[in-house]
Amino acid sequence: MMETVTKIPATENATEDIKYKLVAENISASYDGIVAVKNVSMKFRDKAVTALIGPSGCGKTTFLRCLNRMHELTKHATLTGRVLLDGEDLYSNKVDPIINRRKIGMVFQKPNPFPTMSIYDNVACGLKLNGVKDKKIINEVVEGCLKMASLWDEVKGDLKKPGMSLSGGQQQRLCIARALAIQPEVLLMDEPASALDPIATQKIEEMIQELKKEYTIIIVTHNMQQATRVSDYTGFMYLGDLVEFGETKQIFENPRNEITAKYVQGQFG
Amino acid sequence: MITVEQRAEFRKHFRYNVGRRLVLDKVVKCVVFLCVVVAVVPLVAILINVFTNGAAALSWDFLTQIPGAVGSDEPGGIGPAIQGTIVLLGLSSLIGVPIGVMGGIFLSEYGNNRYGRTVRFFNDVLAEFPTIVIGVFTFVLIVLTVGNFSVWAGSFALSIVMLPIVMRTTEESLKLVPVTYREAGYALGIRRWRVVFTIVLSGAKSGLITGILLSVARIAGETAPLVFTILGSSQFIQGLDGPIDALPLRIWRLSSLPYDSSVTQGWGAAFVLIIMVLAINIGVRYVFLQKKGKTFMKFKKMGVI
Amino acid sequence: MMAINMKKGSPITDKIFKYVAIGAATYVLAIIIMIVVNLTTGSAQVWQQEGISFLTGSDWNSVEGRESYGAAPYIMGTLVNAGIAMAISIPLSFGIAMFLSELAPKLLKTPLAMVIELLAAVPSVVYGLWGLLVFRTYIQDWIEVPLHNLFGDQSIIFAGTPFGLDILTASIVLAIMIIPTIASISKEIMLAVPNSQREAAYMLGATKWEVFRLAVLPYSKSGLIGATILGLGRAVGETMAVTMLIGNATGAAAFPSSLFGPGQTLASIMANEFAEASQGGLHLAALVGIGLILFIMAFAINVVAHLLVARVVKSHEGAVLA
Repeated sequence: MMETVTKIPATENATEDIKYKLVAENISASYDGIVAVKNVSMKFRDKAVTALIGPSGCGKTTFLRCLNRMHELTKHATLTGRVLLDGEDLYSNKVDPIINRRKIGMVFQKPNPFPTMSIYDNVACGLKLNGVKDKKIINEVVEGCLKMASLWDEVKGDLKKPGMSLSGGQQQRLCIARALAIQPEVLLMDEPASALDPIATQKIEEMIQELKKEYTIIIVTHNMQQATRVSDYTGFMYLGDLVEFGETKQIFENPRNEITAKYVQGQFG
Repeated sequence: MITVEQRAEFRKHFRYNVGRRLVLDKVVKCVVFLCVVVAVVPLVAILINVFTNGAAALSWDFLTQIPGAVGSDEPGGIGPAIQGTIVLLGLSSLIGVPIGVMGGIFLSEYGNNRYGRTVRFFNDVLAEFPTIVIGVFTFVLIVLTVGNFSVWAGSFALSIVMLPIVMRTTEESLKLVPVTYREAGYALGIRRWRVVFTIVLSGAKSGLITGILLSVARIAGETAPLVFTILGSSQFIQGLDGPIDALPLRIWRLSSLPYDSSVTQGWGAAFVLIIMVLAINIGVRYVFLQKKGKTFMKFKKMGVI
Repeated sequence: MMAINMKKGSPITDKIFKYVAIGAATYVLAIIIMIVVNLTTGSAQVWQQEGISFLTGSDWNSVEGRESYGAAPYIMGTLVNAGIAMAISIPLSFGIAMFLSELAPKLLKTPLAMVIELLAAVPSVVYGLWGLLVFRTYIQDWIEVPLHNLFGDQSIIFAGTPFGLDILTASIVLAIMIIPTIASISKEIMLAVPNSQREAAYMLGATKWEVFRLAVLPYSKSGLIGATILGLGRAVGETMAVTMLIGNATGAAAFPSSLFGPGQTLASIMANEFAEASQGGLHLAALVGIGLILFIMAFAINVVAHLLVARVVKSHEGAVLA
């Protein structure tokens, strides 16, 4: 753990015509005077799952929250750098954050359904917020999203029940459905399975495999097995630095950095 | 599953109306800010008026002399009122604090049952009672029975006003003392009452004192219960079974007089009263903001302060 | 929590201690019961004399031989006065609470919250004095006279010569008084909404206002209702400021009709006439009877408020645990 962190740039063995959906440039972020992310740059490919791994407190969650301007809602937060979505700067003064947040869905570590709303309304509220009026379309989207979150079969009979009546795993899938309903282009997941049992976790992982056919997915995880199962690319963060970034297979089987190697072998974390 | 075509179809139905929503957002923010201004202006005006008009009335004589004859050239002072308020606060605390603290001990240490919940509930209700009702009650119970207005009656009425506050704040302060402290005491073979008095109460000291001080600040400004119990007087205190004056009562009496000198004196008395009340409140806040007191936050949530 | 079994071999000092504590707690219940008993016996005379017409009648005459007492105008006066005050203070208080919990920059937040909290501690008689000596003239010149000139005597609620000591002034000052209370409690309730709720709304692309509407408001709704009812309880029982400003009409004249007419509330009639009532007389019994009516009103309001607040606390704990 005493080694100095030497950064290895992300490998660029593919040609430039690969489409990057989301590009983070030189992101540095802090809150409460603690520097959580130090000058991290990363490119996320379309229709792929990128995992961010690293020990607790390495800044991976903070980095994720910078990607949809959620970080600036934290108390005493500071941030520098750029995030480009399809080449457009999210942090440009010209665009209100609400315009881009809706293109980037987010699933939080702890399930946070709206407690006073029914299951149906939890999914539908984002649609209503963004001006969908057609009841038929709302019904279709709610059903489709609950199916994608593999929750439909469990709740189709009682959509009017409050969202809080569901179990923890079901609540998390409800939150995923809520995030999918606004038809985002990117999906950010902050340890979505950390509070869940193995069966619920498996369901969510299967769902991620399904969703990546259409979405750019970025998932923060503590669980290295999970990263190997679901992701195509993996970034390893340590003490606010992006230590290594590459294809998941390479990171886990053939890490170039010593710290990465120690981490993926489970020597610390 | 939603297919790509379906998704494209869905997206057509999104009318984000971002411009309109941002305008609405701005409008709401403006309205809210306007609310703050509209509400804060009179509130601050009260403080400014009391401070400027009241400071003009202050003098040593004003604070120590008895009031002059009504409408005379010698307005005199509010000495008896200040003395009366201090005596009333002392006596009320003498009645209210021990009962309140013991009641709080009951709620925290023995109150985890049906009876405890009942007492807690009615204690909360009593805390919000119109104080004039407590004044009328004391009048019927004591003044009518004994036959005269007295310091005792006033102190009893005020002790009822402060009791629920002391009780609730005591309970909450004691509950914040970790159970392990108590267990450590029991493990040493210390009797329960001594554990409560030595370990728990001293652990909850600051919360306890805050609660008592705030309740004193609260009753210092109470007028309605005094109307029915102490009558008011223009002399210094004669005895605990006779009438007495008090600051809030004096302000009320002065406000109904048509003379300029009474108006000035009214402001002066209000100034003295507000200084007393705010000094306690600000003092408590100052001490606790330094410590970031957990108890203090709890009291805030309870709406005690 | 009981680390030691207290029943067996518990020393006498511990028992005494426990009973003293129980006694102190019981004192609270005893006080409430005694309030009911004393107010009932103290007002028995007037209930015997007037019967139900004490509640429904509007005569109020304390001249000996022609004595007649009816509290209806004061009950109405209390409700109207508190109603107007609530109508003014609820939106303003919620605005302040929303500003403090959601919008205010930190630099403004702490001092503003502090000022609001301190103002809740200012005694009611000081508000009354200020209303009487300062605010009254502003109300008269800036609100009442223009409204009166605009609508004239034809309109019922703006009829009568504006004098400044009337239902409108009393209600507005009452509103100013209860704003700090409702605003402080509401602010705490809104701050208790977990940030994860707000983030969920932000994630959907909500503006600040939409976040408030979607995440904060539904979550804190019942708590806010509780805060409002607590404010109503204070408004109904508030005595001094109202007594000093409401103009003090009696009898049928006290029925609230014009905003610019004098009125009377249950609390203010007690404070006003108490000095005139002779001991043992019907007049005094009538005032104690008014106290009983006010007691019942305030008791009912507070019981509802506390049941609501208790339910909020429970449901919030549930939300956290689930």
